[in-house]
Amino acid sequence: MKILIIEDEPELSKVISESLAKEHFIIETAVDYNTASEKVFVYDYDCILLDIMLPGGTGIDILNELKKTGKDANIIIISAKDSLEDKLKGLSLGADDYLTKPFHLAELNARVHAVLRRKKLEGKNTLEYGNLTLDIERRQVSINDKTINLNRKEFDILEYFLLNKSRLVTRTALAEHVWGDNIDQADNFDFIYYQIKNLRKKLQESDATITIEAIYGVGYKLKEQ
Amino acid sequence: MKLLNQTLRYISIATLIIISIWAFIFYFIILREIKNSIDEGLDNYKRQIIYNFQKKSGIETKTSFDEGFYTVEPISKHSAFSIRDTYTDTLLMMQDADDTSPEPEPVRMLTTSFEMDGSYYQMRIINSMVEEDDLVKAMFWYFVWLYLILIAGIIFTNNYALQRLWRPFYRLIQQLTNYNILKSDSFPEVKTRTTEFRDLQNAVRTLLAHNAETFEKQKQFISHASHELQTPLAIAINKLELLLEDENLSNKQTGHIADTIRTIERLSTVNKSLLLLSKIENKQFFDNRPVCINDIILQSVEEFEEFAAYKNVKISIVASDKLMVVMDESLARILVSNLLRNAIFHNIAGGKVFIEIKPDSLSFKNNGLRQALDSQRVFEAFYKDAANTSSTGLGLAILKSVCHLYRFNVNYRFEEELHVFEINF
Repeated sequence: MKILIIEDEPELSKVISESLAKEHFIIETAVDYNTASEKVFVYDYDCILLDIMLPGGTGIDILNELKKTGKDANIIIISAKDSLEDKLKGLSLGADDYLTKPFHLAELNARVHAVLRRKKLEGKNTLEYGNLTLDIERRQVSINDKTINLNRKEFDILEYFLLNKSRLVTRTALAEHVWGDNIDQADNFDFIYYQIKNLRKKLQESDATITIEAIYGVGYKLKEQ
Repeated sequence: MKLLNQTLRYISIATLIIISIWAFIFYFIILREIKNSIDEGLDNYKRQIIYNFQKKSGIETKTSFDEGFYTVEPISKHSAFSIRDTYTDTLLMMQDADDTSPEPEPVRMLTTSFEMDGSYYQMRIINSMVEEDDLVKAMFWYFVWLYLILIAGIIFTNNYALQRLWRPFYRLIQQLTNYNILKSDSFPEVKTRTTEFRDLQNAVRTLLAHNAETFEKQKQFISHASHELQTPLAIAINKLELLLEDENLSNKQTGHIADTIRTIERLSTVNKSLLLLSKIENKQFFDNRPVCINDIILQSVEEFEEFAAYKNVKISIVASDKLMVVMDESLARILVSNLLRNAIFHNIAGGKVFIEIKPDSLSFKNNGLRQALDSQRVFEAFYKDAANTSSTGLGLAILKSVCHLYRFNVNYRFEEELHVFEINF
């Protein structure tokens, strides 16, 4: 899988590359408009991370050109601008997702996996890990083909972990993903601990071969036993 | 007071003073003119009478004015030479047509002397004079009428002229009142040939252009500031997140990194809130449509469910009716979630949140500190109680700003041990 990161800030580009490299993707980067448009038209990418503000042009221009040539790529816009207008404009021009800076690496990771999975659907829309299967469409989780009952938030947490297999998910990233932006003030996300505890119990009761490991004071990691 | 009325006030006072002074002077001029003309008449009479005497060649002595307007008395030559023609004002008992009995009436009297056939005579001729108080009275009324007619004329002209001349001015004011820096795409413009109004219009346009430019720059500044701040924040957080994945870290090191991430995230939250605040104030969210507040509250409560459970806070909703408000939906969400977060966040363990929805108001009541907050300052940005360092102190400022945008009335009170935030739509 090839991913192109179009981002003018080299440090951000570097940290994103490093994070995605852990997922065994092949990463290429472009730091300005010209390099980006050249790469986009010469090569094929499975996913493009696109910054809106670029030296020499805008990400919107690249979207426009991509649309004209009819090239098929999954595009995630990463922008510092959190404006609904830009979001709608980007999505209407064929972008698949829109992520506002600053974001968590886990969130970016989940989004990349999500758009890639959507593309290579091949009739199945499930995430699998160990003996656990999560059906995204039907919102069902089964272990050894036996369905287990999860509430909406437990399902969202598990889905997020499955999109970040073996990666650290900070509590903040998890809270923002599952509970939304509105919960941001609550500096203390200790309440998540209880949610994880419940989820862990349900997984254990059903003899799941995966487990949620706590990383001291920071977050969690989904691991295969 | 309208310009029209103010001008009128000054003009009417000035006219009154001018007319009064003029009336005073005019009275004496007229009086002198009258006397001059009577005196000429008396002089004519004198010559006429003497001529008649000469024709009849005989003089009847007449000592009283009973049935005529002159007296003739013989005098000595000596006294005749000492008499010069003199005109005097005097009073004489007379009975006019409108008098019931004789009254003293003012008369003008000519005293003269003449010589006929060697004898000397003294003659006095009278002519009735205008009564001064009658003159004053008549003139007073004439001037009152003149004044009233003048004022009426001035009002009329003023009204007409002012309305016509000041029309461009009033139009400019009207356009300025309707001007909105966000919505208007053209500056106020009126057609006028009056230099002052042209100057005013130019000044206004220059000022507005400057304002619009500043406004545009400010918006750009905010957008740029966001970009400039968000990216370094993203880099810092993401680098630390990567670092955390390093298996070789000790627990202590992990803890330090986690603390640093939390601190940066707080910074990021403040930055986001400030951006949100400026966006609200710049009306960048303004997609108004009817929004059902009840639904938004239910969704919000669900979002905060686990947080509330963790804080051991119970939320109860009493809805007497469906509350529909015309506003931007994302702002409605921000409004509700800020109220709810505030009510949970500042609550006590085992406390409660009562949400009351009425057809035109919404109130959140919660337990918390057992004393009232400063109701003047509670909505100020960065107002927070010292014990709670983790809050940004911007939640209620954002709430206030949303309410201000839509002219909703939001207030805080402390009632029956509960902190009450109420919005009237």
